[in-house]
Amino acid sequence: MVLSANDKTNVKNVFAKISGHAEDYGAETLERMFTTYPPTKTYFPHFDLHHGSAQIKAHGKKVAGALIEAVNHIDDIAGALSKLSDLHAQKLRVDPVNFKLLGQCFLVVVAIHHPSVLTPEVHASLDKFLCAVGNVLTAKYR
Amino acid sequence: MVHWSAEEKQLITSVWSKVNVQLPGVCSAAPWTEKPFFDNFGNLSSPTAIIGNPKVRAHGKKVLTSFGEAIKNLENLKATYAKLSELHCEKLHVDPENFRLLGDILIIVLAAHFTKDFTPACQATWQKLVGVVAHALAYKYH
Repeated sequence: MVLSANDKTNVKNVFAKISGHAEDYGAETLERMFTTYPPTKTYFPHFDLHHGSAQIKAHGKKVAGALIEAVNHIDDIAGALSKLSDLHAQKLRVDPVNFKLLGQCFLVVVAIHHPSVLTPEVHASLDKFLCAVGNVLTAKYR
Repeated sequence: MVHWSAEEKQLITSVWSKVNVQLPGVCSAAPWTEKPFFDNFGNLSSPTAIIGNPKVRAHGKKVLTSFGEAIKNLENLKATYAKLSELHCEKLHVDPENFRLLGDILIIVLAAHFTKDFTPACQATWQKLVGVVAHALAYKYH
């Protein structure tokens, strides 16, 4: 997945706009993912998955933080997320399909809170970025 | 046979009754869907070109009208889509993966349109609907 210069600019602009709410959006993304795709809950048997749970908030913060890290190092996402890549491969072993589901929910959250930001072109760039992140996180699976 | 709860049917029809969306966003976010299938559509070179393209608008209207039909026939989607399924397989040669893509993008368009009213429950119901429509459209493939 190669991000063009335009893609990178679009993604950075989106994250600049959402930076103040990234943690909330992370939590909302997770909540929507659990509601829309119930099988994703199987990775969190130890979590309280009710709306507003402290664990979802904390985990949403982690997810948002990782995405921001990737944006800040958008020229080397693999390098920036290398430790997370190891974690997902060796410990968490999340089925790769779930990253697409998380990505879809993140796009929905951005669309809901910043509808005018998500033009077709920006949507395409953001989607590519999320695919790239997913690819990095599953790169070391085998 | 897919089961729809009363709440799900409510969420579907209440959103649909307020829909007046354009579909041009779709072609931009998934550019590979354009080329083979829309060769005679004229200018699809940029998001602006796509949005202004009358053939895209016309096709967008067809697709959404067909969704409207689906919503009226929730208990019998396979029969509703039987002819369209054959058309997409035998004449149009569309990879069914594109129906899922289109469905996901429609969700984003709805999210941007309805913002906070597109609750997690709403998203879950509509994601289920687009999945079932995609399945019905792929059903007659052979």
